[in-house]
Amino acid sequence: MDQIVLEHVTKSFTTKSLGTVVAVKDFNLSVKKGECFSFLGPSGCGKTTTLRMIAGFEDLSEGSIYLDGRLVSDKKKNIYLPPEKRKLGMVFQAFAVWPHLNVYDNVAFPLKVKKYSNSEIKKRVELTLHHINLDGLEKAYPSDLSGGQQQRIALARAIVVNPDVMLLDEPLSNLDPHLRESMRFEIKRLQKEFGFTIIFVTHDQAEAMALSDRMLVMDMGNIQQIGTPQELYHKPVNQFVYGFLGQSNFTDVVIKDGRVFLKEDESNLLFAGTSLDLKGDYVMATRPNAIDLNRHDGYKTTILKRTSRTEFMEYMVSVGKGSIIVQTPHRNFFRVGDQCFIKIKEPKWYKPESKDIEEERKRRNTI
Amino acid sequence: MHSARIVLRGCCVEKVELKNICVSYGEHAVLKDFSLKIEPSQIIGIVGPSGCGKTTIARAICGFIKPQQGTVKIDGKTMFSHEDRVDIPPEQRHIGVVFQDYAVWPHLSVYDNIAYPLKKRRLSKEEISLQVQNALEQVNMVGYEKYMPSQLSGGQQQRVAIARALTSSSDFLIMDEPITNLDAKLREQMLVEIRMLQQRLGTTIIYITHDQEAALQLCDKIVILEPDGSIAQIGSDEEIIRNPANRFVFQFIGVSNFIPVVVEDGKVFFDLEKKILFKSLIHEKIPGPKAMLGIRPMDIVFDDDSPVRATVTQSVFLGNMYNYFVRLPGMEIRVQQMVISENAKFYSEEQEVGLAFLEERYFEREEA
Amino acid sequence: MIFSRAKNRDLARLEGKGGFRPDRLMIILCYVALIAVTILPLIMIFYYAFWDGTKIDIATFKLVIFQKSNIRCMWNTLVIGFCSTALATVVGVFFAWLLGRSDIPMKGLMKFLFSIPFMIPPFLAAMSWDMMFSGRGGYVNKALMSLFNLTKPPFNINSVAGIIVIEVVYYFPFVYMQVVSALERMDPTLEESARIAGASQSYVIRKITLPLTVPAISSGMLLVLITSLSNYGIPAMLGYSQNIFTLPTMITALMDRAGGSFEGIRQSAALSIVLVFIVSIALLVQRRVMTRGRYDIIKGKSMRPMLIKLRGAKYPLLAFSLVFLSLIVVAPIVMIILVSFVKAYGLPFLAENLTLANYRRIFVGNIMVRDSVKNSLFLAFSAASICLLLGTMLAYVIYKIKPKGGIALEMMAVLPYSLPGTVMAIGCILAWSGAFFGITLYNTIWIILVAYIARYLSYVLKSSSAALQQVHVSLEEAARSCGASHMQTLKDVTLPLIKPAMISGFFLVFLPCMRELTTSILLYGPKSRTLGVAIYQLRINGQIAPAAALSVVTITLIIICNNIVKAITRDKKRG
Repeated sequence: MDQIVLEHVTKSFTTKSLGTVVAVKDFNLSVKKGECFSFLGPSGCGKTTTLRMIAGFEDLSEGSIYLDGRLVSDKKKNIYLPPEKRKLGMVFQAFAVWPHLNVYDNVAFPLKVKKYSNSEIKKRVELTLHHINLDGLEKAYPSDLSGGQQQRIALARAIVVNPDVMLLDEPLSNLDPHLRESMRFEIKRLQKEFGFTIIFVTHDQAEAMALSDRMLVMDMGNIQQIGTPQELYHKPVNQFVYGFLGQSNFTDVVIKDGRVFLKEDESNLLFAGTSLDLKGDYVMATRPNAIDLNRHDGYKTTILKRTSRTEFMEYMVSVGKGSIIVQTPHRNFFRVGDQCFIKIKEPKWYKPESKDIEEERKRRNTI
Repeated sequence: MHSARIVLRGCCVEKVELKNICVSYGEHAVLKDFSLKIEPSQIIGIVGPSGCGKTTIARAICGFIKPQQGTVKIDGKTMFSHEDRVDIPPEQRHIGVVFQDYAVWPHLSVYDNIAYPLKKRRLSKEEISLQVQNALEQVNMVGYEKYMPSQLSGGQQQRVAIARALTSSSDFLIMDEPITNLDAKLREQMLVEIRMLQQRLGTTIIYITHDQEAALQLCDKIVILEPDGSIAQIGSDEEIIRNPANRFVFQFIGVSNFIPVVVEDGKVFFDLEKKILFKSLIHEKIPGPKAMLGIRPMDIVFDDDSPVRATVTQSVFLGNMYNYFVRLPGMEIRVQQMVISENAKFYSEEQEVGLAFLEERYFEREEA
Repeated sequence: MIFSRAKNRDLARLEGKGGFRPDRLMIILCYVALIAVTILPLIMIFYYAFWDGTKIDIATFKLVIFQKSNIRCMWNTLVIGFCSTALATVVGVFFAWLLGRSDIPMKGLMKFLFSIPFMIPPFLAAMSWDMMFSGRGGYVNKALMSLFNLTKPPFNINSVAGIIVIEVVYYFPFVYMQVVSALERMDPTLEESARIAGASQSYVIRKITLPLTVPAISSGMLLVLITSLSNYGIPAMLGYSQNIFTLPTMITALMDRAGGSFEGIRQSAALSIVLVFIVSIALLVQRRVMTRGRYDIIKGKSMRPMLIKLRGAKYPLLAFSLVFLSLIVVAPIVMIILVSFVKAYGLPFLAENLTLANYRRIFVGNIMVRDSVKNSLFLAFSAASICLLLGTMLAYVIYKIKPKGGIALEMMAVLPYSLPGTVMAIGCILAWSGAFFGITLYNTIWIILVAYIARYLSYVLKSSSAALQQVHVSLEEAARSCGASHMQTLKDVTLPLIKPAMISGFFLVFLPCMRELTTSILLYGPKSRTLGVAIYQLRINGQIAPAAALSVVTITLIIICNNIVKAITRDKKRG
């Protein structure tokens, strides 16, 4: 069942300094009931604007938004359902818990608005606090609590009315790094228990991939690709999505008769036997973790640099006059200067990106 | 490039020597009888959890605090000695310091910030101009002389701070968490730049941080401090990762699993809810009949033929890695796998798997 | 910041080879200055109230308290205080909402108009309103009476109600500024999260926005209350003719009539204690409210709060606001200017009645006016300079050197800020009329200087300490590591960074001194009149038109100084 549908949604802003900016362009999406769906993209790409349009804090310039089959926003038909009537739960990036109310009153607020009885409120609030592991803190004020606890108050407040849809705006970015993982599990667990649909917005690809059933990548107002995390990671449709979803190597190559040569030195054979029927200049995209670094066979290379990371070892190996990065577990140990071989697995091929796109992206980042 | 001044030191004179330093704040003893020798022309990282005393060490070397006991020597000269009542004030110790919050003076231009130490040394205008230019080149900030700090980004201010430290002393720098306030991409870039700078100039750098990742990436040698201020290990990144001196060092870097083991009849068993046979032949030295097996999540692999069986409780796809939580009878451990192929085998929750262990280490088991 | 965890006391105390310690010297200087300037006058008030020369005597105190006319003046003080606070709060919050949260146009113009009342001394404004609405003689009253054929004047400003109205008009900006700042900078997600939870706009305002602005509202309210309780100029201008007294005006009158008699002085001292008592209660309430309700509602992100669409009410409200503002800001100024050109007060504003004689009179041949201008400039300049030096040194001692008695120093410096100017003046008279070491400053210009220093020191202390606290320890440590000694660091780093605050601190004292009346009315001698006193005396002697002329000159002077300050501080910020 489609819980949230966006059709041809577009949003433009006009500012004095930058003129008209199209923040979101022709956005089409259907999110199914019970899904955990994320919007991933760099800052300025339009993901938060889209979330705010779903919530009702922003008007649309074009298009329509349906929640649970009901039309809530439509520019042409002049329909706009205000946020308080959309029955959504929302958690904001900086938590937005009310400092003048204690934990109990913060969580009880949505119920008081709907005029539930005091006894009903008490029951629900205590149940929710228990689910979120905030028992015993009812009388505390937010300023006495840690960031992680304030995050939970915000979650509890959104959950207490049993919404069908939860909107999360960069939910983990204001937390300490070691708290983020446990919060991820919390959110997943809550979704399982309460069964709501989640849309969340983030710029952190690891977070998006860890949490989502499906996700989309956005850039400069346009959806680049929609799919499961595995689909996006293993089959990115363009160089931007490839690069955004994880560490990557991009090498300029020339493909002739199914053989791949370095562009800088067309006699340097990198790779033989692509099954794809490609010819000409391409960018070869490879993942550092998907390159086999060994001492036996493959493309001959030298270890240029070794960088120790906490979870794996990173080697910079020579490729022609340039280099690529290889990541491998610590136990595969090499020294700088060692002669080795690399076997490139599953590279992806993209047409080189034009300079205009790079410029536009830089411009948007300053907004 | 203009000639950089590379100062050569005799290899037998340590750059810095700390002997028997004791520092207490009121009742709380931060450093107890702390001694350390630092060689010249290297980047030495001093790493440890917060409160372990690493900043105190830096401040004692700089002269911002007076230890209750001990000696501080730089280049063989005594800077501080409690017994001999020597206390050279900070302005005479000639150390370049880079602070965590940059501490770039907002009322002075970039040029004046960097020139300040030279003005204090009463150098001529021409000499000052030459050295400031030099320093700006080292940090890639040529052309920014007339800018005010408020017009610069965080990363640029940090570079100005480094340039100023260089004019203060091009052969000895202390950096306290210099990149913590920068965003992730910029952090990587700065680490590379600091390394290149050090290689060009031969500077001795003491790098204070709690960020193990930065220390591993940057430093020639790392001093790891335990929470009580004692030294757990001094070594290169390779030594610390491959030969951790003790359990604290092993645990400090990244994530680790600890499984209690017991040795019986020359065989090693996992000492959990039930005893699981782990190894029939022991090659390594195991400290005692009861011990702890320390193993990194990346060094546990799935092996259908292994007798050690477990159940997957959680699996998370992160792109370049799979993170698993796996339950053995009586405890949950972490397993990490690099994603080497699209078709790599993926294990879902509730699935039963076999585990093989590589590169395990044995530590003493502390009785709870 | 990890490096700064060690107390910077270490750095400040690293100096001192041998016996000479500059920081020790500064601490001693601070104590001496503060005790002389602040504590002694206060002690003298209590002494005179309760000591009859040989033993502790409460009888006189009780007599004074229970005297009918004094009870009436205490009642007036409280009624005026609470009513003006309540009304000023309503007006202030109304305008704060209008300008901070609605889509009303011309916000820039209105904000500018709001800043003007701050520049006019309250007693001048009161004088102007008196000219407009006092009984049969007031110009506006006369005009209205003839226009509508009335037999009685429609407005009587010489009443308790009149005093309240004028106080509301000039004090509501205190509430407005606090609330508008809170409203404009509030984190919008605090309200958005309420809307998502199902609350309508009005519910959000009632349950979220308003409660979050309560700390701002209450701090504005208490500021109004304390200012009203201590104010001399408005009740003096409006109340004297009808024998309406408040505590400050009664204390001043008693002191005048006492003519130096011991009994008279004791009565003034007794009433001063009552006033101090009332103000202290208000201060204690303020302290409790502030500590309880400090909310961190201002976040970094630059999203602006949603504006309330006024729709149909927009233009009526705009019209109302502009009329209101013109009345309270423009009308008094216009009145004073007109009266300054009139041959005698009461004459209609026709061409044949206008003259420049008033200005000529005050500028040429009037020694009193000339002296008062000189005195005010001298006092303002010296008080500002001394406060600057003493206040900055105090701030440095309290916040950087951090000696063990630091809190005592801070309290002593801040105390006079909360005491009514009248009380400080009385205290100064009692302290410096030969009581200590035979020093007599009474009737000289120096006693006014001492009173000003006591009164305004805390202004500089506040701005210099705020600036000093922003100079992070690491900035000073960086200088040390670059080769600068402790003293060089002070000169090269600390002082330049607090210079803008010091400059604005100077003018924070200079401007109030120029327009002050409350303190100098009690302390002036034959040769040491200030501008405020000169205007007041002209007015009391019936020379209303010349008083108006001098007022125009004073206001012009203040506006010029204000703009100079703005220009200087703007430049510094850019630099």
